[in-house]
Amino acid sequence: MEHTSPLERILRGTALTLVVIFFMFPIVWILMMSFQTNETILRIPPQLVFKPTLANYTALITGKLTTAAGTLDIAFMRNLWNSVFLSVTSVAVALLLGVPAAYAFARHKFRGSEDIAFTLLSFRFAPALLVLLPLTLYFQKLGLANTYIGLIWVYQLICLPLILWIVRGYFEDIPADIEYAYRIAGHSWFATFRKIALPLAGPGIAAAGLLAFIFAWNNFVFALVLASADKQPVTVGALAFITSSGIQYGQISAAIVLSITPTLALALYAQRYLVEGLSLGAVKG
Amino acid sequence: MSQSALTISGVDKFYGPIDRGVHAVQNLTMEIGRGEIVALLGSSGCGKTSTLRMIAGFEEVSRGTISVAGRKVHTLPPVKRNVAMAFEGYSLYPPLTVRENMAFALKAAKLPRSEVDAKVASIAKLLEIEDILERYPSSISGGQQQRASLGRALIRKADLHLLDEPMGQLEPQLRAVLRGRIKHFIKEQGLTAILVTHDQTEANALADRIAVMEGGVLQQFDTPDMIKQRPANLFTGTFVGEPPMNVFEAYVGTVADKINLRLPDGLSLDYDKDAFSGSVRDELVKRERVVIGIRPYAVRRSKDGVPATVSANQWLGDQTHIAADFAGGSLVLVEHDRTRLELGAPINISIDPKNLHVFDQSSGMAISHGMELA
Repeated sequence: MEHTSPLERILRGTALTLVVIFFMFPIVWILMMSFQTNETILRIPPQLVFKPTLANYTALITGKLTTAAGTLDIAFMRNLWNSVFLSVTSVAVALLLGVPAAYAFARHKFRGSEDIAFTLLSFRFAPALLVLLPLTLYFQKLGLANTYIGLIWVYQLICLPLILWIVRGYFEDIPADIEYAYRIAGHSWFATFRKIALPLAGPGIAAAGLLAFIFAWNNFVFALVLASADKQPVTVGALAFITSSGIQYGQISAAIVLSITPTLALALYAQRYLVEGLSLGAVKG
Repeated sequence: MSQSALTISGVDKFYGPIDRGVHAVQNLTMEIGRGEIVALLGSSGCGKTSTLRMIAGFEEVSRGTISVAGRKVHTLPPVKRNVAMAFEGYSLYPPLTVRENMAFALKAAKLPRSEVDAKVASIAKLLEIEDILERYPSSISGGQQQRASLGRALIRKADLHLLDEPMGQLEPQLRAVLRGRIKHFIKEQGLTAILVTHDQTEANALADRIAVMEGGVLQQFDTPDMIKQRPANLFTGTFVGEPPMNVFEAYVGTVADKINLRLPDGLSLDYDKDAFSGSVRDELVKRERVVIGIRPYAVRRSKDGVPATVSANQWLGDQTHIAADFAGGSLVLVEHDRTRLELGAPINISIDPKNLHVFDQSSGMAISHGMELA
């Protein structure tokens, strides 16, 4: 253990507290808002003590939004399901394509391999809006507009480069001789990939998958343009809360709470796995 | 059935495009018999590890063929070559214990449990790693990892065992003990082994034959004794042997019934014509310039010898290494007694023609060793 003076500890504690408050305050506030009605939320000055209500959550789950102007149908649960489905499927597809590709790029240097890898990375440079216009035209011609397949395809622009580049680095860190040792002991190239390379790169693959999932989950503009209401994820669906009779703060907050829950849960779960995987010191040259 | 365990013929290795890339191994041809232990000896970058990896199948063969036990293997994947290998970087599987690492290939070959356990136990005893069998690679020392890796290779039955610097990380005492045991084990089991090393002591101790490589070219492939006594060229002569062979350029002159080997600084080694055998003398007088080599053990001090000046004097506990300024260069001689010579002391050197190695001045190829032609 390193030695720290009491003063240093107090200063460090204060700094940490400030950082935590700075980052956590909006989330806590949103969580509180999600249990209030629009009236209590908009009260000035805002009050910390209120009578909690589950009305916002009920409205979201039943899909009936009651406003001053009347009852509105909202498809929040459908949006949430779309988010889960699109993100999970996109990451799964990206892992399926990206991990073997990353392995190939890491292990086999062939003519143009760097160029191909860089081209894939360059997809991340292009501003989404620049890509969207031609993509919309193509998607309409191909019948991919407003389909899950079309969206998952476009989401590969987000997920694939991430997974490819992160996982490639992990594969490169595994000494090639470990794989050779396995192959020479009577195993095929594919068995080596499965039994040695994949487990050793496991933490990296998990990290890349998690990151790709978060990016896919948070994506807004692709689904906004390329899909209509029934295929859109929560990020786009949240627009529905801006109604003609005003912004439904309570329901937006509840929607936010519901929509960050899956990513948060996944991050917490995967984080534990990541730490375990890395602390094993799996790869030692 | 062929008696050859390994046949390499006309093998080239280029890193990069063929004929334009780095030519790491050049037109290598060698044949190794069953049950032989061969050392590939050379400094780093000489092509020895590339050769080993081509045999194992981790590097593509750019040109030529490799056969293991009569089967052409150079286009087969490693799994089909039936060779075992110990890696320089150990390359143990991190999630497995030492025991599991060693038993791994045996289990893959579906050997019964009891047999696997017995084999692991006997190899572990041989390599003195019985106490770490249940430990993980990350928790043991480099030397232990190296022995585990060596054990993993030796435990297998294979047509060929490839050992890449198998003892580099071991302590000297242990290394000496293990060398003997491993050689005995390999011979007893009738294995064929190829060992890559830059350590000539290891090559001498373990190998039946040594292949000396330099610059991707096989320089000489012979028994340790022959390599010492009859080096094929200047490189092998100076590379093998400790301390290294002394070499000097010399002009050959004949005066009356003498042969003079004139060295720089106006020095000259003068011999009676009869001191050389007829064939060696004929070869010598045909040439104007040669390179002469003399092992430090064969240099003698004598009153009527050629003058030199002591520049260093080390007693190593069992022998004295004396370095002397001589003929514009430096000369090392070894004496078995404790010689006390002040720095700068004048000495006189004589060299028996029976111990003289003569090399061609331009090609470096050996012309004669003592009384015999190369």
